[in-house]
Amino acid sequence: MTALRETWIISLAALALAFSLVAIFFATTGNSPWEVFYTLYRGAFGSWFSWQNTLVRAAPLMLTALCTVLPARVGLIVIGGEGAVVVGGLCSALVGITLQDQSPVLVITAMVLTGAITGGMWIAAVGALRYFRNVNETISSLLLNYIAIAILNFLVIGILKDPATLNNPSTHSIGEQNMIGQIGDTSIHWGLAYGIIVCVMLWILCRRSTFGFAADVVGGNIRAARLAGLPVAKVLLWCCFLGGAAAGIAGVLEVAAVHGRANSALNAGYGYAGILVAFLARQNPLAVIPYAILLGGIQASGGLLQRAHDLPDATVNVIQGIIFMVILSSEMFYGRFKWLQAKN
Amino acid sequence: MKQESVILEAVNIGKTFGDVRALDTISLKLRAFTVHALLGENGAGKSTLVKCLMGYYRPDSGQILFNQKEEIIESPQRATRLGLGMVYQHFTLIPNMTIAENIVLSRADLPAVIDWDAEIKILQEKMAQMPFQFELRRLVRDLSVGEKQKVEITKQLLLDTKVLILDEPTSVLTPTEADEVLGKIHQLTQQQQLTVLMITHKFREVMKFADHVTVLRKGQFIGSAPVEDVNPQILSDMMVGGESLSKPPQRETLSDSKIKLNIDKLTVHNDQDLPVIQQLDLKVAQGEIVGIAGVSGNGQKQLVEVLSGQRSPQSGEIQAHGQNFLPHQNSIRQHKFFCLPEEPLKNACVGSLSVADNIVLHKFNEAPFAKWGLLRRGAIRRRAMELIQQYRVRTSGPDQPIAALSGGNVQRVVLARELAQDVSILVVSNPCFGLDFKAVADIRAQLLQARNRGAAILLLSEDLDEILEMSDRFYVISGGKLVHHTTPAQANMNTIGQYMAGH
Repeated sequence: MTALRETWIISLAALALAFSLVAIFFATTGNSPWEVFYTLYRGAFGSWFSWQNTLVRAAPLMLTALCTVLPARVGLIVIGGEGAVVVGGLCSALVGITLQDQSPVLVITAMVLTGAITGGMWIAAVGALRYFRNVNETISSLLLNYIAIAILNFLVIGILKDPATLNNPSTHSIGEQNMIGQIGDTSIHWGLAYGIIVCVMLWILCRRSTFGFAADVVGGNIRAARLAGLPVAKVLLWCCFLGGAAAGIAGVLEVAAVHGRANSALNAGYGYAGILVAFLARQNPLAVIPYAILLGGIQASGGLLQRAHDLPDATVNVIQGIIFMVILSSEMFYGRFKWLQAKN
Repeated sequence: MKQESVILEAVNIGKTFGDVRALDTISLKLRAFTVHALLGENGAGKSTLVKCLMGYYRPDSGQILFNQKEEIIESPQRATRLGLGMVYQHFTLIPNMTIAENIVLSRADLPAVIDWDAEIKILQEKMAQMPFQFELRRLVRDLSVGEKQKVEITKQLLLDTKVLILDEPTSVLTPTEADEVLGKIHQLTQQQQLTVLMITHKFREVMKFADHVTVLRKGQFIGSAPVEDVNPQILSDMMVGGESLSKPPQRETLSDSKIKLNIDKLTVHNDQDLPVIQQLDLKVAQGEIVGIAGVSGNGQKQLVEVLSGQRSPQSGEIQAHGQNFLPHQNSIRQHKFFCLPEEPLKNACVGSLSVADNIVLHKFNEAPFAKWGLLRRGAIRRRAMELIQQYRVRTSGPDQPIAALSGGNVQRVVLARELAQDVSILVVSNPCFGLDFKAVADIRAQLLQARNRGAAILLLSEDLDEILEMSDRFYVISGGKLVHHTTPAQANMNTIGQYMAGH
C-alpha cells in the first residue's frame, strides 16, 4: 500500500502546484486569487445547489475517463473519448426515436446497450488498427473524434433533423416519457449512478479479475504475454471495447437524461476532459470517481466565475490545461524519492 | 613481483537496500595494470560494489580512492571522466542505432555536428587493433547477445578507458572467443595500457587471466589474494562457504522413446523479412535432451521466438505429441510445452509486475489461483513463497517488482515457474547465461531431472561445454540450418569448430 502513498503525495503536490499557477493566472486578470478561488469553491461545492451542478457534470466525466483508463491497461494511449460519446449518443438517439412508443424500460435498456456497443466498437477499431496495422492509437483515436463529430453534424443538419429545432439543429426527441429521471427531488439524474457503478465494476475487473491480470501482462510485456499463450489481440481489443463502451454510455446519458435528442451538445468536451481525469487518476478506475467530481466542480463553477469576476469564457479551459500540464510533468517524479518508496 | 601502485581502492564500502544489506564493509585494492577478478555467487554483492564504483549507486558508508586521492563518484559521468569504464551484464547499447553511433554516442566530448564518414574511418582504423571486427553500420537490435557483448567491450576499449570493469564478460562467448577476448585484455594490461576488474564465476578464467582475486559472499568480504597463492578448491570453499553443490543426477534411459516435439520444414524470417531459418527439421523424443550448438546469430533467437509464440513462422509446422501445435494457453497446458528463453526479463517476465504475479504467469486463470474469473491473491502469494524458498530466490518478498531483482534471481524465478510444474516438452535457451557455478549446477540438475521424468528437452546454447555436458545428442546450427549431428561421446571438437564457423 506504500505505492499508494507515493501516488497520493505526488498527485496532491502536483495539484497544489497547478493551483498556484492558476492563482498567478487569476492575478494577471486583475483579480485577487483568493477571491476567485473562493468563488470557484462556492460554484463547485459551496451549496447543495452547486454540488448538484457538479455531480451532474461529474457523471459523464467518469465514463469518458474510463475510455482512456482501460486502453492504458494494455499500454495504449487513447484520446478518442469524445468520438465515442458522439457515436454512442447519436446511435442510441436513433434507437430511442425508433422505439419511442415501447415501454420506457425497454427503450432505456436498448439505448444503453446501443450506446455501449457502438462506442465500444468505435474504440475497438482504434485497437484493431493498432494491433493489425500498427497505426498509432493516439493519432487514430484523435482523428476518429473529428470523423464522429462530422458524421453527427452531417446527420442532424440533414436527414435526421427535426424541423422544429431551428437554431440548434437536432434529431427528433426520444420522448419525454423515455427520459432517465432525477434522483429523488434533486436535479442530479441517475446517470451519476451509472458512472459510479461502471467505475467500480471496471475497477474490480482491472484489479481483481483474471482478465485484468491478462491485461496487465499484455500491457507490461507483450513478449511475456505471447510466451504464456495469452490471446493478446483479444485482451487488447476487449480493453479498447470496454473503454469505448463506457464513453458510449456517457453519450447515452447526455441524450436520455439531459437533452432528450442528439445534437452538437454531444461534443461539449466531456471526452477531452475525461482524458485529464484519467491521468489525474493514474489510470485507476476507482480514483476516477473523486477526480471526475473535482473536474466537474471546476466546470460547474465556470458560469459563476464569469459573472462574479468578469473572467473570460475560456477560464475553465485554462484551469484544466494548467492542471493537465502539471500532472503530466509530475509523472517523472515517480520512483525518484526514496522516502516515498515501499519499505519491503 | 613487480612494483604495482594502487590505482583504485574501495575502503569499507557499505550499502543497504530496504532491509537487505547488499554490501557490508567491503574493501578492494585494484593495482595498476593488472587483471583483478571479483568472485562471488548470485547476490553476493559484486554488481552492487561495481555500481558504487561507477557512480550508479552512492555507498551508504566508506570511501573510494582513485590514485590515492579520495573521490566522490556522484554520477557515471564523473566515473567516465576519471577513466572508469564498464561493460554491464544487461547491455546498455541503444538497439535502434548502429554500432558506430553507439560507440560515438558514449564519448564524453561529443561535437555538435558529427562527421559520420570521418568518425567511421577513424573507428575502422582503431578497430584494426581490436580483437573483434564489426560492420559499423549494422543496427544493434539485429545483433545477438554474443555480438552485443563484443561491441560493449570494443566500445570501452575505443573510449580510452583506463580502468575497465567487466561484468561476466565471457558468459555468452564460445571458449575460444573467451580466451581470445581475455587474452587480448590481459595483453593490454601487460603493455601497461589498461587495468581490469572482472566479475566472474569461472575459475578457469581467474586462474588463467587474472593477477589478483577477491571473493565476496552474501555482501561480506571473504578474502583477497594474488592468483599464484590460490587454487580452484580454495576459491570454491571461499565462495560457497562449505555449502555443497547439487550433484548431477544419473541419466536414466527410457525404454520407450516416443517423438514428442517434431519440427517439420520450418522457415522463419527475421524483422527485416529475410530468411534466418530455412527448412529446418528436428525431432525430440521423450527423455532426451537434444542440443543445438552454434555461434550466436545463426537463427537460434528466432527459432526460440517461434517455439515460444513470439514470432510467426513463414512456413512449416510444429507438432507436439503428433498434433499441430499453436502457442495458445490451452495447447500449452494440454501439451505441457514450455519455453525458457534467454534474457528472461525481456522475454519471459513482466518487469512491472511482482515476483508472485510472474510466478503464476501460466496458471493465473485456473484453480487454485482463480475462482469465478477472480484472482485469489492469497493462493498466488502462498505459491510464490513456496517457490521462492525452494529455488532460493533472493528477493525482499513476493510483492517486489521482478525488475528489481538481480539477473540470476530473475532466471531462478523463471526456472521455478517452468520447472516446478509438470513439463512434457521444454525449450531452453542459454539457461546459464550470467549465473555462477552453483546456480549453474542447480539448473543443470533440474533439467536432467526433468529429462529423467520423461520430458523432451531442446537446449540451445552458445556455450559448447554446456551442450557437451547436457545433451544426449546435438546439432550444430549455422546460417539457419542444422549442419552437423553427433553425440557428445563421438564429438570431434575440430569438426564441430569448423561447422560452427560455417565451413
